[in-house]
Amino acid sequence: MAPRSVRRRRLVNTVITTSSWIAAAIGIFVMGWIVVTVVVRGIGAWNVAFFTQLPPTGNDPGGGLANAIVGTLVITFGAAVVGLPLGFFGAIYLSEFGRAGRVATGIRAVTNIVLGVPSIVAGMFAYALLVLPSHHYSGFSASVALAFIMLPVMTRTAEDVLNLVPNELRESALAMGAPRWRATLGVVVKAARAGLITGAILAVVRVAGETAPLLFTALSSPYWLSGFFGPSGYFGGPTANLTKDIYDFSQQPYPHLIQLAWGGSLLIIVAVLGVNVVTRLLFQRGKEW
Amino acid sequence: MSSGEVDISTPGGAGAQTRPRRHHFAFGDPLFRWFTIACAATVALAMFLLIGVLVKNSWLAIHVLGIKPLTHVAYNPDTNQYGALSSLFGTFLTTILAMLIAVPLALAIALLLVELVHPLVSRVVGTTIEMLAAVPSIIFGMWGIFIVVPLMQRHIEPWIQATPLGRLGIFGGSPVGVDVFTASIVLSLMILPFITAVSRDVLQMVPKVVKEAGYGMGSTTYEVMRKISMRYALAGIAGAVFLGLGRALGETMAVSMVIGANFFTIPHSLFQSGTTVSATLALNFPESQSKLETSSLIELALILFVITMVFQVVAQLWLARARRMTGSRA
Repeated sequence: MAPRSVRRRRLVNTVITTSSWIAAAIGIFVMGWIVVTVVVRGIGAWNVAFFTQLPPTGNDPGGGLANAIVGTLVITFGAAVVGLPLGFFGAIYLSEFGRAGRVATGIRAVTNIVLGVPSIVAGMFAYALLVLPSHHYSGFSASVALAFIMLPVMTRTAEDVLNLVPNELRESALAMGAPRWRATLGVVVKAARAGLITGAILAVVRVAGETAPLLFTALSSPYWLSGFFGPSGYFGGPTANLTKDIYDFSQQPYPHLIQLAWGGSLLIIVAVLGVNVVTRLLFQRGKEW
Repeated sequence: MSSGEVDISTPGGAGAQTRPRRHHFAFGDPLFRWFTIACAATVALAMFLLIGVLVKNSWLAIHVLGIKPLTHVAYNPDTNQYGALSSLFGTFLTTILAMLIAVPLALAIALLLVELVHPLVSRVVGTTIEMLAAVPSIIFGMWGIFIVVPLMQRHIEPWIQATPLGRLGIFGGSPVGVDVFTASIVLSLMILPFITAVSRDVLQMVPKVVKEAGYGMGSTTYEVMRKISMRYALAGIAGAVFLGLGRALGETMAVSMVIGANFFTIPHSLFQSGTTVSATLALNFPESQSKLETSSLIELALILFVITMVFQVVAQLWLARARRMTGSRA
């Protein structure tokens, strides 16, 4: 290698390290900027009405996003009921049975592809699968779209966590005469529970803030949730939800609706960051196993 | 299986014969195994269902329009024009610009966190960045439309035009704020924390000994980073970049709110409004008038899916190869 002057090398080093500092400063500044903006603009919308009333119609000020809060909770819960168990047991197959086998490798590859599916495509999928044949928008179809997004996230994180459990634990359990299923559920899963719970919570929170999958499935509604599968028990009915309301209201010319949109944004940021912080604090050990 | 039989589920299970209690669980293990296989297989089933459903519903557009969408720019349902070229161009343009901004920034921040600052600072900043990665895209969209767009329109874009750069065609036209430039910036800030977090994790796995050997040879921090850490962690960093790329390609809310959308042209300036595939879907699908339009938009979603899938598959193959060659873990 041709010798290069120490001065030049030092100069390059200084330039790069300085720009690292600037880059980090920009990153943190933007983070702070976004959070501060949302807090400053959103806090004014937070009052009792915001959490208890329906959105205002047209020009009337006041009102709230109570129906959207309920809708988002229900849709997210519906997605979690489907996505989490499937992801959890799928991960058990990959880490405990499939391992490096051909089937497991194939499923892992497909999981990675599904992980990369844009959320709007997931929404289109749920639309074409459920809304189009039934001619009704529904919270249920939104849950299916979100479950589709949640499933690979849960599978991957759960598998990573289960893989960290030392093999000796499996061997000891089997040596004690425990059948495979008990060794897995009673010992391996128990050992990895902090990581599994963290993964599950973060997977749920991640889809809770999604907007694109709801655009063609839940739509939005100015009314209270009248039924998960539809207004009068049948399969249909648009469902109010926070993210779509934020999106819709942000496009409106009325300042009080934009204010509601900021209030909703604040609620989402508080929920997402809050759950993240609390989960990390409670399950700090989850990182080890 | 009656309790008198030999336990055939335990090969050579001489011990099992003396323990008849185990027979109660003889079906437990195969059952559990098949149950977990079924759960693991749902993801594959869901993907094939997705492909099937999207192909079926875009069949009308594929049949009637052929390859016309892929060669036409204009999208106008009133005149039966369903060109996808403008959307595809916008998707690739914003993604490339966002990556050009985000990747160097992400690597610089990762370098800082791993090599330069106190571990405690590194942890605090690292956690902050992980948090930013968890902020939903609608929030970036809100911030983009109410904060970044006015800023771009009134200050940054006129300022760029006043500098010598402004004479270039790509910075021409009247600054509107809702344009490709703003969309790319917001998009880059969205994927930045994600790429940073993954790169940092990967760089942290580089063994200390190797780096110390580099320092011992008299290398500067940058040289250790570029010639040792980066090479060692190449596969993982490439993985982070590809994942960020996938996210940028499909991002909907943050982009559709600031790009102007529904401008179906090939922009000749970055300060011009445009659209992307996902923005076109988000804005036109709910208002779709005809069966053909609906079908053509579902076809567009299918195209987006195929693009991201191709990127994923290529990335995975490439990563597997890089991992074999460098022996590094990702």
